[in-house]
Amino acid sequence: MKKRRVGGVACSPDWETIGGDGARRIDPMAEFLQFAFSGLTVGAVYALVALGFTLIYNASGVVNFAQGEFVMLGGMSTVFLALAGVPLPLAALIAVIVAVAIGLALHRFAIEPARGASAVTLIMITIGASIFLRGAAQIVFDKRFHSLPPLLGADPIRFDGAAILPQSLVVLAGAAIIVALLWGVIDRTLLGKAVIATAANRLAARLVGINTRRIVDFSFGVSAAIGAIAGILVTPITLTSYDVGTLLALKGFAGAMLGGIGSAFGAVVGGLLLGLLEAFSAGYISSNYKDAVAFLVILAVLFIMPRGLLGRAQVERV
Amino acid sequence: MKVLNHIVAAVSIGVSILFAAPNQTWAQTKIGAVLSVTGPASFLGDPEKKTLEIYVEAINAQGGVNGQKLQLVVYDDGGDANNARTFATRLVEEDKIVAMVGGTSTGSTLAMIPVFEEAQIPFISLAGAVQIVEPVRKWVFKTPHTDRMACEKIFADLKHRNLTTIAIISGTDAFGKSMRDQCVAVAPKFSINIAHEETYGPRDSDMTPQLTNIRNKTDVQAVVNTGFGQGPAIVTRNYRQLGITLPLYQSHGVASKQFIDLAGPAAEGVRLPAAALLVADKLPDSDPQKLVVVNYSRAYQQKTGQSVSTFGGHAYDGLMILVQAMQRAKSADKVPVRDEIEKTKGYIGTGGVVNMSPTDHMGLDLSAFRMLEIKHGDWTLVPDAGS
Repeated sequence: MKKRRVGGVACSPDWETIGGDGARRIDPMAEFLQFAFSGLTVGAVYALVALGFTLIYNASGVVNFAQGEFVMLGGMSTVFLALAGVPLPLAALIAVIVAVAIGLALHRFAIEPARGASAVTLIMITIGASIFLRGAAQIVFDKRFHSLPPLLGADPIRFDGAAILPQSLVVLAGAAIIVALLWGVIDRTLLGKAVIATAANRLAARLVGINTRRIVDFSFGVSAAIGAIAGILVTPITLTSYDVGTLLALKGFAGAMLGGIGSAFGAVVGGLLLGLLEAFSAGYISSNYKDAVAFLVILAVLFIMPRGLLGRAQVERV
Repeated sequence: MKVLNHIVAAVSIGVSILFAAPNQTWAQTKIGAVLSVTGPASFLGDPEKKTLEIYVEAINAQGGVNGQKLQLVVYDDGGDANNARTFATRLVEEDKIVAMVGGTSTGSTLAMIPVFEEAQIPFISLAGAVQIVEPVRKWVFKTPHTDRMACEKIFADLKHRNLTTIAIISGTDAFGKSMRDQCVAVAPKFSINIAHEETYGPRDSDMTPQLTNIRNKTDVQAVVNTGFGQGPAIVTRNYRQLGITLPLYQSHGVASKQFIDLAGPAAEGVRLPAAALLVADKLPDSDPQKLVVVNYSRAYQQKTGQSVSTFGGHAYDGLMILVQAMQRAKSADKVPVRDEIEKTKGYIGTGGVVNMSPTDHMGLDLSAFRMLEIKHGDWTLVPDAGS
């Protein structure tokens, strides 16, 4: 470091800039807020993907690795429908319907015929389905990146020194509404009771007259819809392409594991936590190790609490 | 008719037309190409294949080279270096090619080099990395500029603006990492001080934490982003979101209209180095490359209906350098053709002016890159900072 003599006093250039250029130095609180919002936005998407995992896992015991493709389908279908001249709200609605249809088809034509198979086989089927969907998207859509216009304008909101995109708030609000609706349906309706019953014991549920196939259909459809809505909401921020699903599925799964697979509330907590972990380690530690730090924390948590933060105790019935 | 004229003009730049006797045209010169036409690098390989096909057809319509028609043998490696090597062996042993244009990615090229070195067949690669021609290998050449040159171009521009302390934010993919390493290596040559570094994953969707850290470094005067794909577009958006006003430089890896579309208004004022081909229409008439790039982009757009990319341009340059070497050698024999490729001087291509030598098997200098600034959603040429 070069030292300069100013009026007989030695001072380093660094010291001068701290005093001189106050505008560019932001306080630790603003920095913290910036990281937190970054983490919450990314985490909200992980949370929605994790929620999709949980729903299908609960109803059918399948870990659906094609969950990320629903996010891709939502975003890409909306982009291409909008390009074809369909008004944006209608395009988004059709995109969700398309994703739901594909989710149902996935259940009926890929999962249902292999119902008796082992968990590993079912996971392989979903991975196969995800590769198939990605390949099909490459042909039906294209291989380029796409974006959508943000819902509430692109000018960032300045909040206590941090800059937040309005779309981030839309994503967070969307995630909150989905979680609330889901909770309402599962907890307060007969349909929800049927889902819980199917999750608890499929045979017993069928014996009391629940059409369990319909219930699993329902959970695949809802999972697909949640994924697609997440895809539409985040595309203005994160952009989309035919292959966004892979990484999201992985992160969503990690979030679901962290929160405790099988727990809807845990999925949301796990997803948000994963996003925050990534943002804070990128901001405070090093962007080189942000994924490593996040996964280290997950490993540590699972080591201490093998069922995740909010996982249900697994009771072995004899 | 006008279209035809353009194609003829484009071809005649590289090919002096030889009026071969009709009964001689049965003899054929086989040229091989292994390209990543499908798979993750297809956006590179696809225009390369189309370009080679268009121009081989055009050259043959003019009577071929040295009275022999060209026959193009293309294999698709799907972006897999193992496939590339298998196809390279097939080109040598079964197709018995006399020369090779292609090798879309650095990985494929490096996998194929031993095959062609052993068979002693001239190999003009279309891949970017400097390792292909450094150290110089007797039979291997390349047409695209390197990421080191992109760094040098950016640093020359920084120096011109009296900006010396920078931060680098790089993608952790192969392209971002390689260019970051080259930038770090050449920075001292331009007395650029890299004060801070950040990275992001190729699929990351939010870089505000990294950029917040850069913003907090008060001595940083400009930011350079080495990356590829959607990452740089998100970096650019986050950069404006955080209200950072320092000059932002992107790499030649995102020099396409798509980047402007994705980054939107945030791209305003971003500078990046790019090949002349991208700004064909904006070049002054005095520019030596003007004629070549305008003719090539017209011919390509006319034939394919797609907009032109620099990658197809690399294939054009490779084919033309080879064809000219064959003409000077007056044969398609491997040894004289190789020697003539190495003697290429003053070839004006889409990638720049090529002057090869026994120690330089690429032959481009910094003038191959133009510094562009994005203004009003379009490219504008920045007056040359000198190199």
